[in-house]
Amino acid sequence: MKFGVLMFPGSNCEHDAYHAIRKVLRQPAEFIWHQSTDLKDCQAIIVPGGFSYGDYLRTGAIARFSPVMGAVRRFADRGGLVLGICNGFQILLESGLLPGAMLRNRGLKYVCRQVSIRVENARTPFTGLAGEGDVWNIPIGHMEGNYTLDTDAFQRLERNRQVVFRYCTPHGEITADSNPNGSAANVAGICNPRGNVLGMIPHPERASEPLLGSEDGVRLFQSMIQSRSQV
Amino acid sequence: MQANPAITAEVLEQHNLTHAEYDRILSILGRSPNLTELGIFSVMWSEHCSYKSSKLHLKRLPTQGPQVLQGPGENAGIVDIGDGYAVAFKIESHNHPSFVEPYQGAATGVGGILRDIFTMGARPIAAMNSLRFGPPDQPRNRRIMEGVVAGIAGYGNCFGVPTVGGEVVFEECYSQNPLVNAFALGLFRKDRIFYGKAVGIGNPVIYVGAKTGRDGIHGATMASAEFDEASESKRPNVQVGDPFLEKLLLEACLEAMKTGAVVGIQDMGAAGLTCSTCEMGGRADTGIEIDLARVPQREKGMTPYEIMLSESQERMLLVAAKGREEEIFRIFRKWEIDAVAIGEVTGDGMLRILDRGREVAEIPNRALTDEAPLYRRPVAAPARVPPSPTPAGALSNDWGKLLECFLASPNLSSREWVYRQYDHMVRTNTVQVPGADAAVVRVKNSRKALAMCLDGNGRYCRQDPRVGAQLAVAESCRNLVCAGARPLAATNCLNMGNPEKPEIMWQMTQVVEGMAEACRALGTPVTGGNVSLYNETLGEGIDPTPVIGMVGLIEPLSRLRGSWFVREGHRVVLLGPLVGQPTGYSSAVRHHLARLQPSRGNGTDLYTGWVGRLPCPPLDLDLEVRVQRTCREGIERDLILSAHDCSDGGLAVALAEMGFSRFGAGTLGADILLPPTEEVGEVLFAEYPSRILVTVEEENLVALEKIAALQGVPVTPLGRVVPEVLSVRRPGSVVLERSVVSLEEIWRNCLGGLFADPL
Repeated sequence: MKFGVLMFPGSNCEHDAYHAIRKVLRQPAEFIWHQSTDLKDCQAIIVPGGFSYGDYLRTGAIARFSPVMGAVRRFADRGGLVLGICNGFQILLESGLLPGAMLRNRGLKYVCRQVSIRVENARTPFTGLAGEGDVWNIPIGHMEGNYTLDTDAFQRLERNRQVVFRYCTPHGEITADSNPNGSAANVAGICNPRGNVLGMIPHPERASEPLLGSEDGVRLFQSMIQSRSQV
Repeated sequence: MQANPAITAEVLEQHNLTHAEYDRILSILGRSPNLTELGIFSVMWSEHCSYKSSKLHLKRLPTQGPQVLQGPGENAGIVDIGDGYAVAFKIESHNHPSFVEPYQGAATGVGGILRDIFTMGARPIAAMNSLRFGPPDQPRNRRIMEGVVAGIAGYGNCFGVPTVGGEVVFEECYSQNPLVNAFALGLFRKDRIFYGKAVGIGNPVIYVGAKTGRDGIHGATMASAEFDEASESKRPNVQVGDPFLEKLLLEACLEAMKTGAVVGIQDMGAAGLTCSTCEMGGRADTGIEIDLARVPQREKGMTPYEIMLSESQERMLLVAAKGREEEIFRIFRKWEIDAVAIGEVTGDGMLRILDRGREVAEIPNRALTDEAPLYRRPVAAPARVPPSPTPAGALSNDWGKLLECFLASPNLSSREWVYRQYDHMVRTNTVQVPGADAAVVRVKNSRKALAMCLDGNGRYCRQDPRVGAQLAVAESCRNLVCAGARPLAATNCLNMGNPEKPEIMWQMTQVVEGMAEACRALGTPVTGGNVSLYNETLGEGIDPTPVIGMVGLIEPLSRLRGSWFVREGHRVVLLGPLVGQPTGYSSAVRHHLARLQPSRGNGTDLYTGWVGRLPCPPLDLDLEVRVQRTCREGIERDLILSAHDCSDGGLAVALAEMGFSRFGAGTLGADILLPPTEEVGEVLFAEYPSRILVTVEEENLVALEKIAALQGVPVTPLGRVVPEVLSVRRPGSVVLERSVVSLEEIWRNCLGGLFADPL
């Protein structure tokens, strides 16, 4: 499956995602410049982490106006797979492809470390190879990962099973202590109602080789590939 | 030439120039300088740019080796790592700005060192920093530290370089003079190296990056009202960093370099446009002529003096092949960055500055660089330190309680509060995260990894600057060896007081001597570095603090080792002596150990107080080399499974650290049996160098002992890895017994507790 990795001025995890797709998953991948509206026939789009436009104004707030995001929206409307990682998640929120907003971390500081997340919905194209309740070890690295949404909308999100990942203890319990940033109901990743757009704060590309301490992120990419090979 | 205000004694003083230096300027120019020229001389002949007090001494450092592709004198040193790859690395201080404005001071320090790396064509793949503050129980010191750490994080995280390691030290002498030394390392192909040379007469000189503003023009120079007719208020003397712009600058520069149209490039760091123009010309023996009217400016009405001395960040100067400018401009347009031809390379060796075609300064390039004044300042050893205390009788103490107190010291506790704020994983190369003896990043598409660490010890250098510097070099190499690396080369940052004081100059000569001896013995040439002098407030200087940045190669990557226990049942073995030779150090250790009162230690930093009263431990460089060789061979032959340097806090702290948990792995303990012959306290807590704790499988112990015997290195099997509990026994008695979980909690919570974070 051909992946497209977006590049905004200030993206800095695009090469990491590209490496994971090309060298670990052995799938074709191409970079797509933010000024382009041509998604080059990719079957999945990754909006990578980093600091698009320096996080100036608000994370993701400027990147949403890039020409490429119009193309990504049309791609998502047609059911294409879109994965936003960290800053990419923030861009998807600002673009309205996913509901909600990010606040600064509860601790008011950047947090980089390994965390555990629990798979809450294994029936998405991103988690099809996981079991519900599986616990993944995966790194985070962000200043704004404190997800928030008004109560009604949040209930809808929960009802629709759009919460895909939650922060948890290494044993899979959802506790306040295992929440690294204050995110509502320990949310680490959500999808749109149709399930083809996923935003997540943890970095699956940083958990894609044993050398890096975890390979759990590979299952996410493999699930994406698997979901399309069945079509 | 512009109107020439009288150069009075006052003006010279404001420019930090002596009368003798001014006479030299007169003879170089054959006339009086104008104010712009005086400003240019003052910054280029400043200690910061000219190394005028230190250069003669630094020449004694070893700088050569088959692995060295570029030694001191360029923007960064370069070392060959084989298979066509090379790494560029350097360390630089940003001490003074970080005291004035901790966040921006530290942030721009990171920005500056990153530019030094990518200006050579290398993509930065790792950063580290060495930080020193006053004791963290004082709110002011905590405020400085919070700002510095946030500044490093703010810049490095956004730029996209992983900050993978470093050191944090707390001592009273840094309360008024915090030290912020930033290190960066970049990777490239060795046939793609770029130099800061303005070659090719007629080639265009191109300014790229941020616009020039009035920030950073050095404060003292224009304070007088006489020269301030415009009487515009001067901006505070701090630069502000923009990591986003620097990231774009990196990508644009690397892309431009690929075209082949770039013939020379240098960043605009200290002394901005002045330094980059005259250094690029000086290195190539050419001249440079630029017109300031073409320099992109952020504000109106800047004078030539201000433009030439501005230290606005995120700017570079490059020299292009004539006729290929457009290829470069196109790339910078893509990244939305200014790129403007501001002049050209000439053949007359002069730095010629025009303002709308009118000449405002003309100075020979080499007079500003290679021919800047050098001083052999007076050197005098200080009065000898008082004699060491008399030995105590048999030592007794609550060693378990003492270990707990030590682990709670801000100088020994976990640095997680700091490194959690740094993105240490971006680029997905970090195979040894912060907290180990050395940071390790792999080189993708190869079998190689790079190990690196920063080490300094001001407190030992205060006691004996020569041996202290040797200890710092030895420890940094030892750290790399523990990770499975072969040390390749060093960079260094000398942080000292006022060089006009003979005893400070004595410290410098001793430090350089010690560093040179150790680097020679360990085969690690020095490829560059930085000197930061005048680290004094109200006449109180810091401890002389050389910080060593060491880089080593792990190849194949399977030789990578962690500094922690791997599995129950493994043997725990000490390479190197259990205690050192009887010296003033060992008698002081015993004397003070017997007087340490851990029961009264609550809330006080017992460790820092204790170690501050000790003289410098002796170092046998020959033994050090053999211990490191033993460890390396043990790893290369797959006998040693993990290795940890015994340094700060001694053997006991090292044993505890080896058992602490990492993500996904629980704690492990050790059952240690000490021989009855030695003083227990001295074995456990003295900081003798040349000691490495390793773990091996039972059946490999003999093979390891054989290697050590061939090297003449003592080996002591101490015990075994066990679950949960660290216990140290002697025949017939228990010396200490503690659950590792409880020790770890003390160790892990110290810094976080001081800063009282909600998370």
